[in-house]
Amino acid sequence: MAEATVMERMPASSKPVVASASAAAASGSRIGFEDVSVTYGSLTVLHSFTLTVNPGEIVALIGPSGSGKTTALRAVAGFVKPSSGRILIGDRDVTYLAPYDRKIGMVVQNYALFPHMRVDENVAFGLRAHGAAEDVIRKRVPECLAMVGMAAYGKRYPRELSGGQQQRVAIARALAPRPQVLLLDEPLSALDAQIRRSMLDELAKLHRDLPNLTVLYVTHDQTEALTLANHIGIMRDGRLQAFGGAQSLFRHPPNRFAAEFLGRANLLPASDLQPGEGDRAHVRFGGTVLSARNHHRLPKGSDCLVCVRPHDFRFTRTATEPNSIGGTVVSVQWQGDVHNITFEAGGQTVRMTSTPMASPPAIGEAIAVHFDPDEVTLVPEDARHG
Amino acid sequence: MLVWSKSGRIATWAVAVPLFLLIYGLPIGVIVLASVSGQWNDILPTKLTLAHYSDAFRADSFDALKGSLVTGVVASGAALVCGTWAALALRKMKPVPRRILDLFFFIPSAVPSVSIGLGLLVAFSQPPLLLNGTKMIVLIAHFVLISAFTYGNVTAGLSRLPIDCEQVAESLGARPFYRLRRVTLPLLAPYLIAAFSLSFALSMGELGATVMVYPPGWVTLPVRIFSLSDRGAIFDAATMATILGAATLLVLIGLSRISTKAMVR
Repeated sequence: MAEATVMERMPASSKPVVASASAAAASGSRIGFEDVSVTYGSLTVLHSFTLTVNPGEIVALIGPSGSGKTTALRAVAGFVKPSSGRILIGDRDVTYLAPYDRKIGMVVQNYALFPHMRVDENVAFGLRAHGAAEDVIRKRVPECLAMVGMAAYGKRYPRELSGGQQQRVAIARALAPRPQVLLLDEPLSALDAQIRRSMLDELAKLHRDLPNLTVLYVTHDQTEALTLANHIGIMRDGRLQAFGGAQSLFRHPPNRFAAEFLGRANLLPASDLQPGEGDRAHVRFGGTVLSARNHHRLPKGSDCLVCVRPHDFRFTRTATEPNSIGGTVVSVQWQGDVHNITFEAGGQTVRMTSTPMASPPAIGEAIAVHFDPDEVTLVPEDARHG
Repeated sequence: MLVWSKSGRIATWAVAVPLFLLIYGLPIGVIVLASVSGQWNDILPTKLTLAHYSDAFRADSFDALKGSLVTGVVASGAALVCGTWAALALRKMKPVPRRILDLFFFIPSAVPSVSIGLGLLVAFSQPPLLLNGTKMIVLIAHFVLISAFTYGNVTAGLSRLPIDCEQVAESLGARPFYRLRRVTLPLLAPYLIAAFSLSFALSMGELGATVMVYPPGWVTLPVRIFSLSDRGAIFDAATMATILGAATLLVLIGLSRISTKAMVR
């Protein structure tokens, strides 16, 4: 069973609540997966999945295609029936409850606005489905549209809106009936990069305005997850590989897959772990002794991986600093605001990112890089996913 | 277009247009011309008249037009309701029973209409299901013949509906009937209209089964045309055929405009 434990709690938002916006969401409820499995015939797509999203939190589920993240979300929505386990929204067991009785809001990748209804009719849909009074609808629809900056577009049809605008309407529509939880299934995937960045800011602002809203956010984009989520679950092959606070998981990934998927870390194979001061440890990488944080308390003498993020390397031309690695440059790419340098060191291909350099190294040049041991962590070697 | 050279395109048009006129234009042209002919002893009519049209809107012929329109609308409407219901129900079924029932619904389209007519005649000629000689047996015959096409059209439409829209509707609290009424059917509207149009056109032209089962007093236009031509009243038959074509075309154009409006949304 993949038991998820909260590694770090992010502080609750301290920003002031916007009164009109806060009214658009009910007090958030907990989402609980208890040992949930989903099978299609002989194929198990979700294995004993256990996870809790606390009220008011955003938890992002990330993972490659087919990892089971969307299945988990759809199980909460009621579109996938678990073969075992329980799903809770608040204190209610909703495992076998119809989707329309779950009090959720859902936003999907392709917006799924009703093309035959105007924007305001789309937003009013959930309210009408719940039998809300007309005066409530007349008040709530403009309120929700204003919350997503679409107040002026109520009388348009979805086809008359851009992708970003349609997604805003989809969010307003999901929030209008004041759901207990909001499910976002890759909501920004269909947008181009620039609009995605702006929508990401708007989603972050929306959650600041609605701090009680509980959100389960499925994405394959680590930037979205790191920007929005209090906690992140990393999935692979229908299992939760790692779960923790966004910062903690990024700084101290618990395994190779988490390190590689979240931030594309360099994982240098090291041996002979020796405890150092505090939570530091010394390991041997090739002929070099490196120091790093032993956050996961790996045992003395064990083999492990030194997890170094590309931006944690400091570039020098000679190995004079402690924690230095020497290597030969394989490629240099200038991407405007950064230089990406790839070099071979100890038989490993290592990536580093730096601010733009006036004189970047040439391909084939011998270089050295070093890192701050407090910014680098040791990760247990995971043979199964190696 | 697959032909890129100008000379090639001209040659293609030079073959296609006469072929089209010969195959489609000539029979229709001859029928329309015959419908206004008073006498036709040469390559073209020697005398033109509208007398056949004034006759057509009197008594038996007009009743036949009404009979065809009523039969077409009622049978197509019933086929639309049942075909849509069947398509919606089968969508939720598991693959094997769905395929079996799918095949079952398509059987009438594979059976000759005369066989359907004969089958109905035999089946409904004994009490307690004595429908022989009633209007109902004509409606049933048309319903059986067109329902497969209606079902096929609606099934094709349903397979193209974005499933996300329906699921999001449910997540917003829409119960099944509310979702069906407010989301599924409006999204399906262009396909429903297309299904109705096809069924109506088929019903308006149906002869094989109708001629086996029609009662006195409920003659459809194709049966009337058949009996007129059988009696040698070719000009009257041509007039009725022209009216049949025009009436069907008018209804289809009207439905097509509604369908286009629904599609745009």
